[in-house]
Amino acid sequence: MREQLERIKEEALRQIEDSQALEGLNEIRVAYLGKKGELTSVLKSMKDVAAEDRPKVGQMVNDARALIEAKLEEKKTALAKKAREEQLAKEVIDVTLPAKKQSIGHSHPNTVALEEVERIFIGMGYEVVEGPEVEYDLYNFEKLNIPKGHPARDEQDTFYINDSIVLRSQTSPVQVRTMEKGKLPVRIIAPGRVFRSDAVDATHSPSFHQIEGLVIDKNITFADLKGTLAEFARELFGPETKVKFRPHHFPFTEPSAEVDVTCFKCGGKGCRFCKGSGWIEILGCGMVHPHVLEMCGIDPEEYSGFAFGVGLERIALLKYEIDDMRLLYENDIRFLKQF
Amino acid sequence: MNTALSWIKAYVPELDCTAQEYTDAMTLTGTKVEGYERLDKNLEKIVVGQILKIEKHPDADKLIVCQVDIGGETIQIVTGAPNVKEGDKVPVVLDGGKVAGGHDGGPLPEDGIRIKKGKLRGVESCGMMCSIEELGSDRNMYPNAPESGIYILPEDTEVGADAVAVLGLRDVVFEYEITSNRVDCYSVIGIAREAAATFRKPFCPPQVKETGNDEDINDYLQVEVKNPELCPRYCARMVKNIKLGPSPEWMQRRLAASGIRPINNLVDITNYVMEEYGQPMHAFDYDQLAGHKIVVKCAQDGDTFQTLDGQMRNLDSQVLMICDGEKEVGIAGIMGGENSKITDDVKTMVFEGACFDGTNIRLSAKRLGLRTDASGKYEKGLDPNNAKAAIDRACQLVEELGAGEVVGGTIDVYAEPRTEKRIPFELEKMNRLLGTEIPAEDMLKYFETIELRYDEAANEVIIPTFRQDLLRMADLAEEVARFFGYDNIPTTLPSGEATTGKLSEKLRVEEIAREIAEFCGFSQSMTYSFESPKVFDKLLIPAEDELRRTVTISNPLGEDFSIMRTLPLNGMLNSLSTNYNRRNKDVRLYELANVYLPKSLPLTELPEERMQLVFGMYGAGADFLTMKGVAEELFEKLGMGGKPHYNPDCGHPYLHPGRKAEIVYNGQVLGYLGELHPDVADNYRIGERTYVAVLDMPKVEACVNFDRKYEGIAKYPAVTRDISMVVPKEIMVGQIEAVIEQRGGKILESYQLFDIYEGSQIQEGFKSVAYSITFRAKDRTLEDKEVGAVMEKILHGLREMKIELRA
Repeated sequence: MREQLERIKEEALRQIEDSQALEGLNEIRVAYLGKKGELTSVLKSMKDVAAEDRPKVGQMVNDARALIEAKLEEKKTALAKKAREEQLAKEVIDVTLPAKKQSIGHSHPNTVALEEVERIFIGMGYEVVEGPEVEYDLYNFEKLNIPKGHPARDEQDTFYINDSIVLRSQTSPVQVRTMEKGKLPVRIIAPGRVFRSDAVDATHSPSFHQIEGLVIDKNITFADLKGTLAEFARELFGPETKVKFRPHHFPFTEPSAEVDVTCFKCGGKGCRFCKGSGWIEILGCGMVHPHVLEMCGIDPEEYSGFAFGVGLERIALLKYEIDDMRLLYENDIRFLKQF
Repeated sequence: MNTALSWIKAYVPELDCTAQEYTDAMTLTGTKVEGYERLDKNLEKIVVGQILKIEKHPDADKLIVCQVDIGGETIQIVTGAPNVKEGDKVPVVLDGGKVAGGHDGGPLPEDGIRIKKGKLRGVESCGMMCSIEELGSDRNMYPNAPESGIYILPEDTEVGADAVAVLGLRDVVFEYEITSNRVDCYSVIGIAREAAATFRKPFCPPQVKETGNDEDINDYLQVEVKNPELCPRYCARMVKNIKLGPSPEWMQRRLAASGIRPINNLVDITNYVMEEYGQPMHAFDYDQLAGHKIVVKCAQDGDTFQTLDGQMRNLDSQVLMICDGEKEVGIAGIMGGENSKITDDVKTMVFEGACFDGTNIRLSAKRLGLRTDASGKYEKGLDPNNAKAAIDRACQLVEELGAGEVVGGTIDVYAEPRTEKRIPFELEKMNRLLGTEIPAEDMLKYFETIELRYDEAANEVIIPTFRQDLLRMADLAEEVARFFGYDNIPTTLPSGEATTGKLSEKLRVEEIAREIAEFCGFSQSMTYSFESPKVFDKLLIPAEDELRRTVTISNPLGEDFSIMRTLPLNGMLNSLSTNYNRRNKDVRLYELANVYLPKSLPLTELPEERMQLVFGMYGAGADFLTMKGVAEELFEKLGMGGKPHYNPDCGHPYLHPGRKAEIVYNGQVLGYLGELHPDVADNYRIGERTYVAVLDMPKVEACVNFDRKYEGIAKYPAVTRDISMVVPKEIMVGQIEAVIEQRGGKILESYQLFDIYEGSQIQEGFKSVAYSITFRAKDRTLEDKEVGAVMEKILHGLREMKIELRA
């Protein structure tokens, strides 16, 4: 009996040891430990064993069973681990294969630049508003201190619909419309399309975009204008950017200035990009002319304000180093996808 | 405006700075220097030489060998120039020196031309004698230069001296951008005044003294101004015993640097004074003036007049003319007449120094198509007080140059002399506007440098009449800021009431539209708002269609840019066409484009501007249903929970008649979509099926809903039933869905088309359609019976439409 048990045990352990697959282990379990298994049949033949030997034999059978079960479990874990390892080894992929991309569309560079500008001014408490593109002469010129016969009208090469209606040549009429609403204080930017009768070439377009800014409040100073635009330039072109204000003339601001920023290509040392000067002109600005305030129903003794106008295309061309303005209106997908 | 630095220095003698320093400083006080050009650029080692001896070249007929004294040394130069003789003094570039250009006067090379010692046909040549072209100029500016050959210097020139200096080329010419308000700066004196103030140096303008003989001009000439509103001042002076000849070298050089060609002493004087004072001058031949009379009056409609350039001009009653006792002799402020121009035979002449109405001159010049240097100055609106100073200056120069005898006295018709304005000196207000604390003394010092005087008793600043741009406190504040330095003004941020930064509702919706369009693979395009009226034909729009009523530009760049678009497709299709013809595959574009719809024509009020969201695509994945999906993605993102409907019975002739639909939401037509009509695709030269969609953004905005409410996640199981139907072909699935929706009741959760088929096994004129319908209740598990009853209702509805269930 003992020998038989030993033989069964050894045979079982050997088979477990030799087993290469999880399914085989189950067969072994059935063959030895199952209802008709060899160990079970030993147990069934206990009735032939002398009564006094039965506990001992029982103990031996149980020991053998426990041992086989433990070995089975051990082997099972080992085989499972091996199988997982083989699976993982088999499933290696070439991670350098090309990506499968969603073909997401791209914003126009004008929009990319505009959103940057909007983000900066929204952060400073400005509301983004709009005005009509086909505009009364009254708003595009007269109320901006450019009466009929004023030389500035010739400078802007305006498209006329008739004597009193034009395609706006600047976004400044939005200033007038905003001020006329009479809700003070004012902090707005007004982006939009403007039109001038310039033939199309690498640096001109009869239709382009400006971003107008207007702040009206008590005690607004030229120093505030400087501070605001310096902040804007640093946000847009980088923290090292410096600004230079040069006196200029616009009919609807006084004092007026043009603003240069240090060339973001060379940092102000002078390069081909800034034509050696180290500076790049980006916008015009000034304190809202008191007569303009009066015409819009605001008392210049009580309120003051500043205004500025930025050419959006100019920013986009500069920032993204686009060398021909015509590219902006051709809409070649190979161009658009770069933004 | 271009001016030589030497001319500015003549009035600011202590000015001492480099060209770059001058540029920077002037620009920062508001006289913007656009650039400058050194006249001695690439002129190196060029001296005055004297030709001592000329011999023939032994081996070349056309060459000569010259011995040239260059000051203490004699060198040998071989030249082919035909015009030199022994004793001539000439500019000589020495071995290793540089000249600016070739003798042919072609474009100047950037780095000039280096001259080296060498042999010409075996004979050594140690330098080169220079033509005016080689020195970087031309005969226009040096009228005494020979047509071809070496420039011959005056006999009294010192041998060995710097020839570049002798020729007046050691100078820098600055180009200024003068703003339209600073009329006074369109003159050398005006710029010199600014330069003196900028560099805090004394300003020494020319001292004009009374000139003339003891005769009285009134004995010679009468002047009458019939339109004083168009001619506030008319000054006349006379010169007799005229001796025409070249003007002196210094005058020629200053004019040449300003880009004005020297002619003779009289013409040069008028041009010189125009540059110096910014006041145009005109000269008439006195002997050609009938009745020895000048009358200033408007022309009559239909008059014609020959200007001194020989052209006939058509006049009208708004054009101001200078006439004599009988006839017109000049167009006031624009150009003189052929009949009174100064010729070489002139003996006595009349100088005109006048002030005309700027706007009238500008408009007349525009109508006549004749813009001259003079009209360009007048149209800015000149200071009448400058006219007398300028004419006196001209007469003084006539005397100084010995060009004639100035007749005593001036005829000065000046009905209402312009007086000086006064502006209160408001120290605090100016500082408050600028954000500065500049003391009064400093401000007054700035004012003094630009000739603004202070009346202490009245506390007012007195504005000279040449500063017509200074009208009120803000203008004075700018003067203060300019000379205090914009750079020195502090930088602060606005204080005061806080405001909320945000996008308008419209822009917010547009931002979401852009986001969705880009998620769906569309890139943003931008096109012009104006286009050709021919686009309507290209888009098959009927002749009488409302869309053809356009806002039309009266002065367009050309017909192709003459009307404001009333529908946004042309730009999109042009962009797709550009891409297609550049062989770009699978293109998807969108544009946010305004259309401009007139409320009435002719236009009396502003047109309605409606923002349109336009999609266009061709290539892989481009089809009707994909386009529909884009629109519905957008609606979902905009919180438009209802189901859009699609109506194929719509207009839009540019779309494929069997593949188009209006997009209807809550009973409102929001836009349309479809495949491009193949004829239109041909018109735009797009060779692939193209799909477009247009949404009217104002209508979309009205449907937007940003409120979100959580509805819970279903706890009870759903019941799904599939039905397969045989449907008459003309019935659209939308009709089937309408039945499912109407009859599905509260427990209908969703439905999904999972198969649609036409062809074999299906009877001709029918199609097979299969739907999966899902039911669910929020509060309980549905029973079969309940679902069965609803399904029966749906099937009943379908049967009414002649739809049969498939076995």
